[in-house]
Amino acid sequence: MARSARTSEISKAKAAASARPAPRAEEGQDAIQLRSLQLAHEAESRYRASDEELLHFYEQMVLIRRFEEKAGQLYGLGLIGGFCHLYIGQEAVAVGVQSALDPARDSVITGYRDHGHMLAYGIDPKVIMAELTGRAAGISRGKGGSMHMFSVEHKFYGGHGIVGAQVSLGTGLAFAHKYRGDGGACVAYFGDGAANQGQVYESFNMASLWQLPIVYVVENNGYAMGTAVRRGSAETHFYRRGTAFRIPGLPVNGMDVLEVRRATDIAIAYVRAGNGPVLLEFNTYRYRGHSMSDPAKYRTREEVQEMREKHDPIDHARDELLKRGVAEDAIKAIDKKLRSVVTEAADFAENSPEPDLCELGTDVLVESY
Amino acid sequence: MAVELRMPALSPTMEEGKLARWLVKEGDAVKSGDILAEIETDKATMEFEAIDEGTIGRIVVPEGSEGVKVGTVIATIEGEGEDPAPKAPPAAAPPQPPAATPAPRSEKQEGRNVATITLREALRDAMAEEMRRDDRVFVIGEEVAEYQGAYKVTQGLLEEFGPRRVIDTPITEYGFAGIGTGAAMGGLRPIVEFMTFNFAMQAIDHIINSAAKTNYMSGGQMRCPIVFRGPNGAAARVGAQHSQNYAPWYASVPGLVVIAPYDAADAKGLLKSAIRSDDPVVFLENELLYGHSFELAEDDQTVPIGKARVLREGRDVTIVAYSITVGMALEAAGQLAEEGIEAEVLDLRTLRPLDRAAVLASLRKTNRLIVAEEGWPACSIASEIVAICMEDGFDDLDAPVLRVCNEDVPMPYAANLEKAALVNAARIQAAARKVCGR
Repeated sequence: MARSARTSEISKAKAAASARPAPRAEEGQDAIQLRSLQLAHEAESRYRASDEELLHFYEQMVLIRRFEEKAGQLYGLGLIGGFCHLYIGQEAVAVGVQSALDPARDSVITGYRDHGHMLAYGIDPKVIMAELTGRAAGISRGKGGSMHMFSVEHKFYGGHGIVGAQVSLGTGLAFAHKYRGDGGACVAYFGDGAANQGQVYESFNMASLWQLPIVYVVENNGYAMGTAVRRGSAETHFYRRGTAFRIPGLPVNGMDVLEVRRATDIAIAYVRAGNGPVLLEFNTYRYRGHSMSDPAKYRTREEVQEMREKHDPIDHARDELLKRGVAEDAIKAIDKKLRSVVTEAADFAENSPEPDLCELGTDVLVESY
Repeated sequence: MAVELRMPALSPTMEEGKLARWLVKEGDAVKSGDILAEIETDKATMEFEAIDEGTIGRIVVPEGSEGVKVGTVIATIEGEGEDPAPKAPPAAAPPQPPAATPAPRSEKQEGRNVATITLREALRDAMAEEMRRDDRVFVIGEEVAEYQGAYKVTQGLLEEFGPRRVIDTPITEYGFAGIGTGAAMGGLRPIVEFMTFNFAMQAIDHIINSAAKTNYMSGGQMRCPIVFRGPNGAAARVGAQHSQNYAPWYASVPGLVVIAPYDAADAKGLLKSAIRSDDPVVFLENELLYGHSFELAEDDQTVPIGKARVLREGRDVTIVAYSITVGMALEAAGQLAEEGIEAEVLDLRTLRPLDRAAVLASLRKTNRLIVAEEGWPACSIASEIVAICMEDGFDDLDAPVLRVCNEDVPMPYAANLEKAALVNAARIQAAARKVCGR
């Protein structure tokens, strides 16, 4: 007669686990640690910009707005096809965040509402607009379109069309920074809608576990396409969503470029010091539809009008510049210059040739086999 | 009466193991839960526990014995009140003496120093050699480091390369596939191990949408040099959710390279090529082949991606195969030769880009072709080969091209049903006879 036998595995992991020191800190201390960045932000909530810096932020925000307005026009004329997601209203976020980064070493990744981030990073408006019109001179040689634009040179890694994918990919970029020890950090932007994707939390877990240098930026513009935050999110305070992974979070007024900048400074300093990820929630608002084909029946005109009139980040910066005594002429000169920059970009995008048909089969693979 | 303790099966695919160490000796009293012995399989070292009380009677298989077949009596336990059996005299040989089984399938490699190694070791050596060569290469996945690999493929890598480059992840396929892909975009060369490709379904968005399309969408400026690897296809008795061949899924995607090696030399040489490639590669292994030994040249050679090879020449019919069905095709060809049918066996090796020229050249020679694939027939690699023959080899065809695949059903668990669902050498032979009009 044979008897069956039970078996159990020898687990080396067990030995390793028991050798691990330091039990978790007390919950009270945890809470303080998780709130440490909020305390720093409360102590000083706005970046102390010089007049020159604020004027530069203003210029970048106006560039984005004029560019997006022009893109909307070109879409209406049929020059831009497919999906086109405009950033109008959210300009302060990209401009404030980007200004806090070190372009020599930090990397950036975002979703499909990406034109503003690229402009804030100093990428030539012409090649962006030419990509929108699907021309050979476009930044992706006309093969990416509005949602798929990249500039490895600027450490701008896209431009991703799948909601939430950029969060895991950005965590991988942060992994690469740490692996190489290059001192860089990654900023991964995503929306309140993407914040409900599972991979976001898979990424939070590993980023915190491995102390990766990444700033997660939730641009909470109130609507995941047509679904208001309160209809789609059990926890509407997105900055709290890292808590389960011991990631400190910070709620920030995303309609004030100086507040955005200050919060990002705090986050980047924390991340660069090797403390692991930070989660920033910027409360912002998009004036236009989710995409160009959005009838926007899910919100009232009055709501949009109120945001435009009372909380516009560009008006806000302009008022502050005037209050500081910056000459109105200097501001008007910027406005004028940007109109021509955007017009030139549009002309370039409209008049550049389409990609050669032989480009159809190029760049599928890098190598030949 | 004495109870016989038999060599246990410790995994779905285990056929034999090494009795590494006895922790008890003859005459020891044991009770339920006591550890009696340590048994090494090709995947792991496991403890063998007593399930009842008694006294160790006779230890039949001494420690250190290798190749002990599952089911072999390794010891006896005497129940209470029974006399322990007298010690066996030295002359009495164990009833089933353990003997190392010879390497099952091996191929000669002329003119090079050859060693016999398992496919598993070949894969590990490929990774280790490339990691020594290039600091950007690292391995990430579930149980790849401290556990030494769920299927022991990454054994020893943690020891040599440390936790910076051999990284255990939580069970979070979507997340770590994305992290690997992002790291590749950021300039590293990740090897992402999926415990099996069944679990890569959770991560397929990053493989397709993030890794495969980025180079094209960026107009060629953003690369994604990454290898996604792990076992693919049916293992043994693990049921429908763990027994699927994803080769046709990945091979349908422009922007990916898809490789499915059969033997150790290809596994090693192609994995090295995959790691060095600037393109994203899906590298499909087969769990049932991991423990097979093959002869392999002791050198640092890569095998070119995108090139099929003729493993056996023949003039009557071509058997196109890849991965595990290559072995079946060779076996079938051997049998067919005895019947007077000379079959040519073509191993595709790379499924994307597919070596159409090699398929058509062999067809031109034999004028008859069948495809053996361990996977479903519909929309399969086999279907693709049929299309290639129709489109570009029509004039060379003397008979319809036949697909020899698994049955078109989810994989059943019951042993007899599973066997009935799977492709095998006999079915390949039958198809070959049919196209040859025998």
